Amino acid sequence: MDFFVFTCAALMSLVGALGVVLRRNPVHAALSLVLTLFGVAVLFVLLQAEFLAAVQVIVYAGAIVVLFLFVIMLLGVDRIENLRTEPIALQRWVAGLVGLALSGLLVATALVAGDETVVRGSGIASAVAGDDPDANVRQIAGEIFGDYVVAFELTSVLLVVAVVGTVVMARRKQAAK
Amino acid sequence: MLAIDPLLVGDIDWVALGIVGLKVLVVFATGLVATMLMVWFERKVIAGMQNRIGPNKAGPFGLLQTLADGIKLFFKEDLIPDRADRFVFRLAPFLAFVPAFLSFAIIPLGGDFRGDANGIVTWFGRETRVQLADPSIGVLFALAISAIAVYGIMLAGWSSGSKYPLLGSVRASAQMVSYEAALGLSIASVLVVAGTLSTSGIVDAQSTLGTWNLVATGVVPFVVFLIAATAELNRPPFDLVEAEQELVGGFHTEYSSIRFALFYLAEFMNTVTMSAMIVTLFFGGPQPPAIGGTVLDIPLLPNGLEGTVWLFAKVLVFLYVYVWFRATLPRLRYDQLMDLGWKLLIPVSLGWFMMLVAQRLGRALGWNLGVVTVASIAVLGACWVLLQRALTVSASRRDEQGAAF
Repeated sequence: MDFFVFTCAALMSLVGALGVVLRRNPVHAALSLVLTLFGVAVLFVLLQAEFLAAVQVIVYAGAIVVLFLFVIMLLGVDRIENLRTEPIALQRWVAGLVGLALSGLLVATALVAGDETVVRGSGIASAVAGDDPDANVRQIAGEIFGDYVVAFELTSVLLVVAVVGTVVMARRKQAAK
Repeated sequence: MLAIDPLLVGDIDWVALGIVGLKVLVVFATGLVATMLMVWFERKVIAGMQNRIGPNKAGPFGLLQTLADGIKLFFKEDLIPDRADRFVFRLAPFLAFVPAFLSFAIIPLGGDFRGDANGIVTWFGRETRVQLADPSIGVLFALAISAIAVYGIMLAGWSSGSKYPLLGSVRASAQMVSYEAALGLSIASVLVVAGTLSTSGIVDAQSTLGTWNLVATGVVPFVVFLIAATAELNRPPFDLVEAEQELVGGFHTEYSSIRFALFYLAEFMNTVTMSAMIVTLFFGGPQPPAIGGTVLDIPLLPNGLEGTVWLFAKVLVFLYVYVWFRATLPRLRYDQLMDLGWKLLIPVSLGWFMMLVAQRLGRALGWNLGVVTVASIAVLGACWVLLQRALTVSASRRDEQGAAF
């Protein structure tokens, strides 16, 4: 059963990921991204990280891709793009090289780690289990607001700075016309 | 899998699968029938409020009017505009329709929550809950599903390949995304009080009137939730999505036949689901009202079934409230809508949430509750003054520049 679900979810994310790269229409590409995110959410459920799965759907599928779609629709770039022109010279070669290197690294990691990576709950110190259905949430809360609280707060400060910066840039007082 | 249903713990056999299948069928059918009756109910009640008669020809009291409309829509011509994105155009109605049903799956539809019963009933010799699924992330599942529902509306407008639907869908999705924040924050208050995410757990914690989350969280989160939910549903007075006079019907202008019907169905289904959600979160779901030890019991009815009756009665109240809103409140202007969402509801729900958390923390650590209350009110007051100041400054700046948007 686990294997079946894993295969379906992995296929979903792979097909979605390919769609993001290969679809010519930006809206279709964004929709493929949603498919990938759902696949990953299913994988999270399979790993008993239900909270992460829900947050994945709420934040990524529900907010970020919606934002992408907004930008695509409002800027009117929802036409098929001409892929012939390269904005930066050698961009494609460099991108291909980096992609290959990254996938090589991932495969190497998986090979070196061997079977240990597939052990359930080995990512967090203690496995998610027991009768408490909220153990998942408690663990994540403990990690985020306990051990990594400084990093967490810094991230939120970064986001606020980004928002303030955007507003300032966008609404700068224009010189007298 | 943890406790999605006591039925599925341990070995799963045919009886268990049969019960789950039966539950799926019943929930789906209930959803459809409830939607059908809701359309009739809304038309009838609003007619009454406007001194009209309303549907009265098809069936007794016009009950079959919706069925007749559905059949009519089914046989109408199904048009796809030339400039439409055909695949997305076909996909969008389902993206609106399926989430509407999915969130119905986690609502406790009955069962006995008294004493130690914990909402578990026995069917065919098996222990189970009167709800399709009770995932450990319960309420978050509903939020995730409502986040998905935005796609249906957004893509419907975009894929029509025409200006009015696009404008309508941009309006709609901006509205839904904005109000999701207020919705989530008011739910957070409930979760802090209940101490669990699962819907059956939330219901179980509300055994008497005093522990109903309406009272336990203070009334503010409920009010915020009701307003935000109305906006999330795109119902009057927040129905800018449709705004007949301005947008020719909004995002589904180009839709016809059964595809249009799916959007319509999803809208009413969402109303029913959201009312059930309000009842679950704030009014004890299927729990009978009880003060202290005295329970308002319906005689002669088994406790499990009684829960369903109570849930139905409570949901009916909120369905009536939604119709009432529609009949009495004028529509907001778009900037008023955004101001209400971002500048009032989100700060209020966030502030209230912080205060609740401070109270609970104080109780857990044995602080002086009076001091905690005074301190948190002072902090919130300071924040409120700062916020108002910022808003005044930004408004005056905007006037100075001549508003750009």
